[in-house]
Amino acid sequence: MNSETLNTLDSYSKNKYKYGFVTEIDDEKPKKGLNEDTIKFISLKKNEPEWMLDWRLKAYSKWKKMKEPKWANLNFPEIDYQDIYYYSAPKGFEKKPKDLSEVDPKLIETYNKLGIPLEEQKVLAGVAVDVVFDSVSVATTYKGELEKLGIIFCSIGEAIQKHPDLIKKYLGSVIPPGDHSFSALNSAVFTDGSFVYIPEGVKCPMELSTYFRINAENTGQFERTLIIADKGSYVSYLEGCTAPKRDDNQLHAANVELIALEDAEIKYSTVQNWYPGDEDGKGGIYNFVTKRGLCAGKNSKISWTQVETGSAITWKYPSCILKGDNSIGEFYSVAITNNFQQADTGTKMTHIGKNTKSKIISKGISLGKSQNTYRGEVSFLRKADKARNYTQCDSLLVGNKCGAHTVPYIDSKNNTAVIEHEASTSKINEDQLYYCRQRGLSHEEAVSLIVNGFCKQVLQELPMEFAVEAQKLVSISLEGSVG
Amino acid sequence: MFLEIKDLSVKIENKNILKNLNLNINKGEVHAIMGPNGSGKSTLANVLAGKEDYEILNGKINFKDNDLFDLNIEERAQEGMFLAFQYPVEIPGVNITPFLHSAINSKRKRMNEDEIDNLSFAKLLKSKASDLGINIDMLKRSVNTGFSGGEKKRYEILQMSILNPDLAILDETDSGLDIDALKIVTDGVNKLKTKNNSFLIITHYQKLLDYIKPDCVHVMVNGSIVKSGGSEIAAEIEKDGFQKFQ
Repeated sequence: MNSETLNTLDSYSKNKYKYGFVTEIDDEKPKKGLNEDTIKFISLKKNEPEWMLDWRLKAYSKWKKMKEPKWANLNFPEIDYQDIYYYSAPKGFEKKPKDLSEVDPKLIETYNKLGIPLEEQKVLAGVAVDVVFDSVSVATTYKGELEKLGIIFCSIGEAIQKHPDLIKKYLGSVIPPGDHSFSALNSAVFTDGSFVYIPEGVKCPMELSTYFRINAENTGQFERTLIIADKGSYVSYLEGCTAPKRDDNQLHAANVELIALEDAEIKYSTVQNWYPGDEDGKGGIYNFVTKRGLCAGKNSKISWTQVETGSAITWKYPSCILKGDNSIGEFYSVAITNNFQQADTGTKMTHIGKNTKSKIISKGISLGKSQNTYRGEVSFLRKADKARNYTQCDSLLVGNKCGAHTVPYIDSKNNTAVIEHEASTSKINEDQLYYCRQRGLSHEEAVSLIVNGFCKQVLQELPMEFAVEAQKLVSISLEGSVG
Repeated sequence: MFLEIKDLSVKIENKNILKNLNLNINKGEVHAIMGPNGSGKSTLANVLAGKEDYEILNGKINFKDNDLFDLNIEERAQEGMFLAFQYPVEIPGVNITPFLHSAINSKRKRMNEDEIDNLSFAKLLKSKASDLGINIDMLKRSVNTGFSGGEKKRYEILQMSILNPDLAILDETDSGLDIDALKIVTDGVNKLKTKNNSFLIITHYQKLLDYIKPDCVHVMVNGSIVKSGGSEIAAEIEKDGFQKFQ
């Protein structure tokens, strides 16, 4: 152990002492089930002001009257909301694996294939080690640099305490709690997530990632993220990590809201690799995510890029409301399903302002016995003069037991709108495989190369470092399905 | 023996294509197979490379002391067998440079050689490309995607010179080439030829053999080799066609 680690360890133990009472509260057993008391308990734990609790309770009363949205092409047993813990306190050290030898070897194998350094593997697998504190100190360095520019990057809980005006103004302004049952649920019980505010005219000099955020370790199953880019600002935000995360929660219902004011740009990239369930379709995360961005000002731009390879069920439609004139919305997606995974994902582009533009590139890859659906809605409101959309949906099938579906909805109330839609479905070509193998590549390498080629248009939208990892991840997701 | 094909019979979809075919190639030799359309020339090339659509009825193939049927497609390639395709397939989005880099390293791995790093490979590729008169810009493109017929064939030869095979099979590489492209392709073959590697050149026309001098010419008709000899046979075919062999 080097001296730096010792120092951080030392300071950590002091901090722990200082906040000793927190540990005391954490010893309380979290309660199962959802009712007003659960919400009060969460709000109290997070030491929230009264207005926040009221907001949560209003969302809860809406949720009680709502039913789950049913538009998706998904098949899963009914969720028992009373059988779920809504507040999982930070896990005690005794519950965590003591070292990597106690972690599922399959997980370690994947980490090694992704080339993740040993120390990082420990963090991802939830091993209780001092490296966590090292990354905290890294995070602190970054935080200082961002603060100088006036950028706020903290947990949503911290923002509620320190920046109530921004929270009151923007939280729920893009995804109202009553939008649908999952957004109401999230609004009632969210426990963690990120908050970002970029001040006017500031270009954020680095990719913001949850990885560098303090408390990142215990991001809750009901995450809430709010990103505001003020006039003329720019930010690129990375969510998640290419490594599969150890996680015991079955149901995830995150909400992400983006707001871009005049001339601002937000780039939001996600790599989702939650536990997909085993080869027989047992287990796995149900991922019901609501992501929506509002291009509020003129000439603003929001761009979503996602690589979805995990979860038993993915239900996710990152959307853009193009309100400001000349605003631009983009959606780039790769969704890979294997074994018994189901994905129903796509986007919604709502053109309100004049000369608004949207672009959708979706690549779905189905393997095994999985089902993969693209669902997208492009609508042009009455005032959206000369608005344009371009949509391209490509599906690739590997094997003959999987399914690919494309469900585009188009709704235009303005006759100057221009809409282009292209779609293709193909099977992986035997001649291509033969050609690659004749050059000495294994069957698996060949499939991975061809699939990566198929996804290239989307992968190249990812920030550089992320793209390399995402490529490896694509290869890993294909394993066991060929040969 | 380097390559020994003994009594090979092959069928596809209930049709017998190769019938008791025999062929021996020694190290350092160039053999040409000529024959009319549908005589089974391309089938022979694909059976050698290991394509899985065929049913082997009888016979044996020995390649560098291996029973060829014990090796799958990629193992044969890694052992040094290369097939220049008649119709190279397009693979969109797969960049030429990393593709060939992976290919060469998979071969080196099997031979217990060290992998070649990015930089050395880029240098090797550039020098081989300029030897073959291939524009460097082409190396930034996706495998065969949007290539003209001539470009595809030239790219096959580039791959061949990078992978440096022990046995190269050229399946009608000359078809669809104009005379300039033909020269580039045949130059590539002649440069690569040593006394340690062998070539099996499948062609329909005699023209290719003006540029590559074979040690042996075989005439293939109806799935068998009906005559073998020197380059005088090629001249005979040029003059009278395949009629008299049928």
